[in-house]
Amino acid sequence: MLMKVFTDFMGWIDQRLPVTDAWNKHIAQYPAPKNFNFWYIFGSLAMLVLVNQIFTGIWLTMNYEPSGEGAFASIEYIMRDVDFGWLLRYMHSTGASAFFIVVYLHMVRGLMYGSYQKPRELLWIFGMLIFLVLMAEAFMGYLLPWGNMSYWGAQVIISIFGLVPIIGDDLTLWIRGDYVISGATLNRFFALHVIALPLVLVILVFLHILALHEVGSNNPEGIDIKKPKGSMKPEEISKFTFHKQYSDKYDIVDAVPFHPYYTVKDIMFVVGFLFLFCWVMFFAPEGGGYFMEAPNFTPANGLKTPEHIAPVWYFGPFYTILRVIPNAMLGAIGMFSAIIVLFLLPWFDRGTVKSVRYRSKWHLINLIQFSICFVVLGALGTMPATPTANLIGAIASFGYFGFFVALWFYSKNENTKPMPERIAD
Amino acid sequence: MKKLIIAVTFGMLCSVTALVPFSAIASGPSVHLDKANNDLSDKESLKKGFKTYINYCLGCHQLQYQRYGRTFDDLGIEEADGIANYMYTGDKVGGHILNAMPKKEAAKWFGSAPPDLTLEARFRSPDWIYTYLRSFHIDENRPFGVNNTVFKDVGMPHVLQDLQGVSTIDEHGKLSPAMGGTLTAEEYDVVVRDLTNFLEYVGEPNKLERKALGYWVLAFLFFFFILTYFLKREYWKDVH
Repeated sequence: MLMKVFTDFMGWIDQRLPVTDAWNKHIAQYPAPKNFNFWYIFGSLAMLVLVNQIFTGIWLTMNYEPSGEGAFASIEYIMRDVDFGWLLRYMHSTGASAFFIVVYLHMVRGLMYGSYQKPRELLWIFGMLIFLVLMAEAFMGYLLPWGNMSYWGAQVIISIFGLVPIIGDDLTLWIRGDYVISGATLNRFFALHVIALPLVLVILVFLHILALHEVGSNNPEGIDIKKPKGSMKPEEISKFTFHKQYSDKYDIVDAVPFHPYYTVKDIMFVVGFLFLFCWVMFFAPEGGGYFMEAPNFTPANGLKTPEHIAPVWYFGPFYTILRVIPNAMLGAIGMFSAIIVLFLLPWFDRGTVKSVRYRSKWHLINLIQFSICFVVLGALGTMPATPTANLIGAIASFGYFGFFVALWFYSKNENTKPMPERIAD
Repeated sequence: MKKLIIAVTFGMLCSVTALVPFSAIASGPSVHLDKANNDLSDKESLKKGFKTYINYCLGCHQLQYQRYGRTFDDLGIEEADGIANYMYTGDKVGGHILNAMPKKEAAKWFGSAPPDLTLEARFRSPDWIYTYLRSFHIDENRPFGVNNTVFKDVGMPHVLQDLQGVSTIDEHGKLSPAMGGTLTAEEYDVVVRDLTNFLEYVGEPNKLERKALGYWVLAFLFFFFILTYFLKREYWKDVH
């Protein structure tokens, strides 16, 4: 009886909006390669953290006061007087760092298995745009507690825009809305942080997933699961039912429907992730002084510089590249180039074999050195700049850009291993 | 199962490597700090620390984000007792712990206005406070006749001097035992430990509640993980 009511209701809806069709196309009958490994959970996790940020953000906004006079006190009001306000705030602050951890790992996955290669260039670019907007979102959010590190961190980053020739000073004035960082800056950052950027972020995530489902998911083997129609024997074709948009065009092999197979798998990993997340959130919400920096427990003070200004850890790699180049202007160019080269990755890689498993030893070494350099750059970004640190930073920056240059050269005629036709069991 | 072990190990490794170097380099103070070894669950200690704070610190340092009533509740102080013995300023029980020091004048008196201390334990760390309050020594070149080995050229006098007495410093920067106080060195350490304990509490009144809730959440997630593991295995057995 109840089932019939439900089917009738869905029928009524489906005649007016293709809800069931969309559900099948993107979830219940979406062909996902059967061999996703551990590295394939970070997309789902990033989505989980995004939802966490949005919901905790809404409730924080209800009690936060975006003004130079009231912001700092309103955070303490949330921590002390709002029921479970401390929990909402820690979920949000831990979530910010967790977001970057999962996004960085998600990107490493893309690098390892060549998920940016043709035909997934646009998918990669949407991903990079998400990363860019996420950095802006995090930067603006970090000003809102109006602690002293919020203030001085923003001061450092905004001053980078002052390096732009001719219009530099006017540009920083335009960003700040004042001659110094003030309540005016806080107010506009608040507006951008809670409305503009989240909206852009959600739209980009939507496009990222649409683009993914258009070209299909890559996998650790880098072997396509969509074969030309009619090229496979009937017994080779996957026994599962896939949406006709996929199965009409291709013979689909070695695939499972995303739901329930990857939903149950992702749920398992979500719980595992939440365990680690809650561990940090409940027992070390300051992340040892890196998720929440100690000077941020004093209010913003334009006359009192913290002993050591460090951007939040997730900006570390790019901040180090900025800092190791002695000329400020070139440093800023270096920093922005570090992000631009990531956008251009699909064109730096001229190879056709996707997965590191079937590529040359050089590619593996290059990937490892790139990852090490990235981590080293990140660590240095949180430390004071000493001559030794700058030397190591310069070497790591060289390794960072070297990855792309080397890739461009060796990928043309790379000595790759023979690719199997099918994903092995 | 093998994959699962790898995944879990990887996750643990990530979180451990993420946290270990943090504490090692984060806000690394250059001076040696003694361990406060305070205990947030010790309500008697918190009450004594609260009392010391009211008597010696509040005149200059507000706790502008903390309310009297909340403090009474958390520390187990009856409201009547609290009003009689902890509130000298005639504020409301629901009000914040404030003083009447005019900020502008205070800045003239001390060089800069005495800071609010609600979050001092989070800004500096409890060990810092514990060591700082035991590191005053005579320095005739300073306006109040004292200096501090933890906070060089500090702007405040040694407020607890009648309890601790005074120390001198030798040319190696070593402090002599304090002389002339009403308390022995051990008794003074206890007073400072209680005060530190109170300041750690005030910095984050929900700290104990947070951790208590955390154990339940982790326990739940642990068992839920086992369930989801078997759910996943059940579904996947027809694929593998």
